[in-house]
Amino acid sequence: MGGHSDASLPVRTGFLGWLNKRLPVDSFVKNQLTDYYAPKNFNIWYFFGSLALFVLVMQLVSGIFLTMHYKVGEATAFDSVEYIMREVPYGWLLRYLHSTGASAFFIVVYLHMFRAMLYGSYKAPRELLWLFGMVIYLALMAEAFMGYVLPWGNMSFWGAQVIVNLFGTIPVIGPGLVEWIRGDYGIADATLNRFFSLHVVAVPLILLLMVMLHLVALHETGSNNPDGIEINDNKGKDGKPLDGIPFHPYYTVKDIFGVGVFLTAFCFVVFFMPTFGGIFLEKPNFEMANAMSTPEHIAPVWYFTPFYAILRAVPDQQLGALAMALSILCLVVLPWLDRSPVRSTRYRGWIWKLALTLFVVSFVSLGYLGLEPPSPLYTLLARIFSVIYFSFFVFMPLYTKLDPVKPLPARVSYDHG
Amino acid sequence: MVYDAAVFRHEPISMSDPSGAALHGSPPSTEAVDTSRRGFLVQATGAAGALGAAFAAVPFLASWSPSERARAMGAPVELDVSKIEPGQMVTLTWRKQAIYVVHRTPEMVSGLPGHDGQLKDPASKASEQPAYATNAKRTVRDDFLVVVGNCTHLGCLPKARFEQAQPELGADWPGGFFCPCHGSRFDLAGRVFQGSPASVNLRIPPYSFSSDSLLVIGKDDTAQGAA
Amino acid sequence: MVDSHISADGLRRPSAAAVLAAAFLAFAWLGTSVAVAAEAEHAEAHGEAEHVDWQAWKAGNQIRDKASLQRGAANFANYCASCHSLKYLRYERMAKDLQISEELLRKNLLPAGAKPTDYMMAHLASADGEAWFGRAPPDLSLITRSKGSDYVYQFLKGFYVDDSRPTLTNNLALPGAAMPAVLSDLEGVKAAVFSTGGESGHGGGLRVERFEQVAPGALTAAQYDSFVRDTVNYLDYAGEPSQIERSELGIWVLLFLLVFTGLTWMLKKEYWRDVH
Repeated sequence: MGGHSDASLPVRTGFLGWLNKRLPVDSFVKNQLTDYYAPKNFNIWYFFGSLALFVLVMQLVSGIFLTMHYKVGEATAFDSVEYIMREVPYGWLLRYLHSTGASAFFIVVYLHMFRAMLYGSYKAPRELLWLFGMVIYLALMAEAFMGYVLPWGNMSFWGAQVIVNLFGTIPVIGPGLVEWIRGDYGIADATLNRFFSLHVVAVPLILLLMVMLHLVALHETGSNNPDGIEINDNKGKDGKPLDGIPFHPYYTVKDIFGVGVFLTAFCFVVFFMPTFGGIFLEKPNFEMANAMSTPEHIAPVWYFTPFYAILRAVPDQQLGALAMALSILCLVVLPWLDRSPVRSTRYRGWIWKLALTLFVVSFVSLGYLGLEPPSPLYTLLARIFSVIYFSFFVFMPLYTKLDPVKPLPARVSYDHG
Repeated sequence: MVYDAAVFRHEPISMSDPSGAALHGSPPSTEAVDTSRRGFLVQATGAAGALGAAFAAVPFLASWSPSERARAMGAPVELDVSKIEPGQMVTLTWRKQAIYVVHRTPEMVSGLPGHDGQLKDPASKASEQPAYATNAKRTVRDDFLVVVGNCTHLGCLPKARFEQAQPELGADWPGGFFCPCHGSRFDLAGRVFQGSPASVNLRIPPYSFSSDSLLVIGKDDTAQGAA
Repeated sequence: MVDSHISADGLRRPSAAAVLAAAFLAFAWLGTSVAVAAEAEHAEAHGEAEHVDWQAWKAGNQIRDKASLQRGAANFANYCASCHSLKYLRYERMAKDLQISEELLRKNLLPAGAKPTDYMMAHLASADGEAWFGRAPPDLSLITRSKGSDYVYQFLKGFYVDDSRPTLTNNLALPGAAMPAVLSDLEGVKAAVFSTGGESGHGGGLRVERFEQVAPGALTAAQYDSFVRDTVNYLDYAGEPSQIERSELGIWVLLFLLVFTGLTWMLKKEYWRDVH
């Protein structure tokens, strides 16, 4: 008899016995669910990981069904979306699930990333977990950008025009690179077709791979928690962390509740306000792409606007693109910028709390400014907030060392309510 | 940089209470669990979830049904039959199928009874046709045969062989259709002959005459709209 | 603090959700107050009573008002369909949604030679449209989704006399519009008196002091207003025919989700009694 033998696994007969001799079903369930311990003090900020997974699955399913009716091609794409909205049974629902899901994905992911900043979840030994997450974030941005081009509305076209032209600012290789990405002398049928292939096949595969790696890395170190201390430092006689609880059933049950709350809010938007005031589905996109007519106001979709605001704040084209790239890169190297000996904001001092608050204010403000047409006042504000944004990262090695931290507890604090 | 929590830990784990139970309570207790309430809630939530999943599946499955465009293209088709010569056949398309419209001559019609013994389903009991076409001639009007021109074996288009006593079909051939793919034979009411791979008669689509000369395929007289 | 926990001094701090909600409400209140104050200040500064604030006109759609939609369908068929297509909408679909019988559809709304399953195409060939107007009349299927129903309402009520133009009219909402004032036999012909000094109204459009009726129309002002509202309502429907079904289904979905979420909450509470 080969394979692994684990005395704690149930002895199976019948089909389950046959299955378990060939596939590690029981040991997987044990090691990843029923015997995988997570801190018991997870709060509201800890819902967003499982919600992100839920939204990913929802986007995959709605996207698969949309692809059954969508016709790629500059002559047919726009019409096929209206065909889906009007003539495919429940096509309108498939469409709104997917468009609202894209925005929901970013809301969930931004809150998920913010949790990591609140509690230092990116700090050692979880730097790789954070890096995998950043790769997922970048892939998600690419996926969303390409997905938005597919309906071939006027904003799809001009948004693609602007973003692809950004690559032209790269010295030396820029112009050639832009033509190579486009496959033509302007945004054209060739661009649409390749974005379709990448959006439907390539990037989803990358996302699935990266999410799996993200979860493997998480299970390797175990989760962080709002107090930022390692629960594995305090184990009981049975070898289990005293402040830990098995993921199943406690967090499966809690996460299902999280999904319920999420779906309620999500479905409210889908069924009653799917365009969300022109923010989730932008008005100019209800006109077909027209190379001869720019929309009055080109803005990327809301989840890109903080970085777009930074781009616009810099009066030089190349430097603006560079600033935008750096603003995303700052997030990547966060684990190495943060020199605090303490993980969680709860035990950090006033300097960190002030810095984090300023970061949030500037990120949200930049996001708002990116949605609006430029004006002298808004440009000035964008510059101020961009400086604050970068300062948060650039000075972090210094102020996190100066920040007066508080003593850590031995055990997590858990609210019995 | 190695994170060292020990630097900041101010409460050592008590040696007399190694599990720390006195500090912050015990690990998940298995006592005093109301298994019946728990079981009920699991079942209730599970049932609600399964119901929700079933409801959620409906739009996805329904999206496979023919769309409005498919149904519009499958709308009834009109044909002016006054232009069809007696003995002539016209082929048109309805719902992606070939429809044969044959203007039968009186001889063709009179030749229909009399070879019931050679047919597999002379009374069309096992075959598919609207209620008004279960008569012996399988039509609304004697002079026009309307059949779906797909062999009921594997779907090829049978060829018209209206002449009686054709050389390769035999001296007693009353006229009808011959399918070139596997040799199925049908008479001038679309009924299948013994010895054919096909087992049922050619299908009759819903149709009606909105006037003496206007044939509407896809629309019954009795029904409100297209079947 | 933004996360929820029992701190060392034993006080429960507000949860993140509460803080976010409070912040959102604060911003909303602040934003509304600022907007209202700005509007009042603007109005006071410019003598509110005297000018026509056409940019504030609202279409006031009632998408569930089937009678209005039916009137709008008739209006569109009689006055717009010759030049403008609704190329994504089929006659029979519209008739079904608006509860118009097939008989009435064929009699009043279906052009000669068209089948109920056809898409609503314009009678005018686009080449002719371009030759006569300088620009082919656009398809209107998505006009309320891309420009807003308020814009369409303002457009249909915004024609005024302008001798400098080939059509002898101009439009407040779309300056330089190629479309002639085709509804002038209903509305009548009006001239717009602009405020001197070329001040612009809020939003940058032309500031109109008042309208002057140059020639009467077949309808009174109130009747024409109804006519336009019905037509805009119909165009709103044409932009998204499934919107009524969507909100009706939504109510059931949300009811189910509230029950389901309640059950999951109870389930969570039950299991978490174990955890101390």
